[in-house]
Amino acid sequence: MPTPARYWREIPQRYRLEAGRCRRCGFIAFPPRLICPGCRSREFEIIKLAEEGRVISYTIIRVPPHQFVDQAPYAVGIVELDDGVKLMGQIVDCPFEELRTGLRVRIEFRKIMEEGEAGIIYYGYKFVPA
Amino acid sequence: MRDVAIIGVGMMKWGELWEKSLRTIFVETALAAIDDAGIDHLDAMYIGCMSSGLFVGQEHLGSLLADYLGQKPIPAARVESACASGGLALRQGFIDVASGMNDFVLVGGIEKMTDLNANEVTYALGTAADQEYEGYHGITFPGLYALIARAHMEKYGTTREQLAMVAVKNHDNGALNPLAQYPFKITVEAVLNSPLVADPLRVLDCSPITDGAAAVILAPVEVAKKLNKPIVKIIGSGHATDSIALAHREDITWLEAVYQSARKALAMAGKKIEDIDVFEVHDCFTIAEICIIEALGLVEKGKGGQAVEAGLTRIDGPFPVNPSGGLKAKGHPVGATGVAQAVEIVKQLRGEAGRRQVKGARLGLTQNMGGTGGSSVVHIFAAE
Ligand SMILES: [Zn+2]
Repeated sequence: MPTPARYWREIPQRYRLEAGRCRRCGFIAFPPRLICPGCRSREFEIIKLAEEGRVISYTIIRVPPHQFVDQAPYAVGIVELDDGVKLMGQIVDCPFEELRTGLRVRIEFRKIMEEGEAGIIYYGYKFVPA
Repeated sequence: MRDVAIIGVGMMKWGELWEKSLRTIFVETALAAIDDAGIDHLDAMYIGCMSSGLFVGQEHLGSLLADYLGQKPIPAARVESACASGGLALRQGFIDVASGMNDFVLVGGIEKMTDLNANEVTYALGTAADQEYEGYHGITFPGLYALIARAHMEKYGTTREQLAMVAVKNHDNGALNPLAQYPFKITVEAVLNSPLVADPLRVLDCSPITDGAAAVILAPVEVAKKLNKPIVKIIGSGHATDSIALAHREDITWLEAVYQSARKALAMAGKKIEDIDVFEVHDCFTIAEICIIEALGLVEKGKGGQAVEAGLTRIDGPFPVNPSGGLKAKGHPVGATGVAQAVEIVKQLRGEAGRRQVKGARLGLTQNMGGTGGSSVVHIFAAE
């Protein structure tokens, strides 16, 4: 379970979908990094991720970690965005029988989980059919 | 570097050991290894353990276990690399003895998992994934391997039945191993009818939750020769890393760290993969064993499912994989697994594996993996 400080410091990535593009080789790092794993340059520019992409693989989680028990079963997939960046997230607003690889999806902001009775609510990106 | 031998092994029955604490499970197993080696002291100790902090709320294991084993004040350290912790502890012990720093080194692996309920265990294991960009979205380890399985099935035509055959084969072997958690056979139908955990993977595609430990004693070969014990040498050691976030891999069906760690270990041993007689690999899920035999170079990319179906990995096949029953049937106390693989290979190379003996085995290989392949450790062993 993330602490409020940990959650707060990730807001640029999670809310604004900020990534770092290597100024030397063009590699897009999401989340942003300090050194490029490809060419080891340390010069990045902040860019915004593409908001649509396609499903590379998916599964339906039926035995969840304890903080997701209320949501199960739910679909999770790896999506390759149109700028080539791959990321993992839940696929929602899509009946399980309509899930398939190659499915076009777009990013939306949703509640990810809730902490306890008086705890904070965590938000982030999820994928919905485009 | 000095040549290094394994002079003693220890392993007890694995399972849900509710009546035993972590320290008791470890000490019983370590004493068995010390007795097998016939030595009266240790110079150092390495313990592979993924997460005693989350599983039983205990850190600082090196000192705790050295004390309860009656060995303080020897140096003792815990080694962590998720499910590859045991294999990595073996590598650290190997480096220690090879360097000339210490002579008698115990390498142990331990995990006490059944004090938690299933959802808590799922969370604890999930910490081996990228918590901020994978775990945050509710993925689990069965879920991560399910993503690999679906991609492998769609890319290469691997079938649901071929996945099931990995579990069936490993249970066939585990039925011959009295220390296995589940020493009985299962059928393809049973796998296909077991409950879904993360589509397309089902309960019987997954290794179980296990309490258990394993231990080996290392010594320089020239010291081992004076003990009049059967000697199994460690002739190669390889370790490699990869991104732990599955989404960051170029191809999620390919385990690059397995390939790299095997390549390094084989080069050090001066052997080819075809030279090896018996394999213990990290079948945490059925799809994992298929991807591993591809990354080791035993079969071409994409042909792992067909190899299993053709019986190539059976005990009597051309490259026997997991004669112990593997993680699937023997059990998977995560930190202990990499050391238990070495225990099995030593038994095979000594000719002491009973009904699951691979006939005439002289060279063996272990492959132990962390997460979805974010780390991999390979060792190569030779009968003296
Ligand atoms: Zn770059």
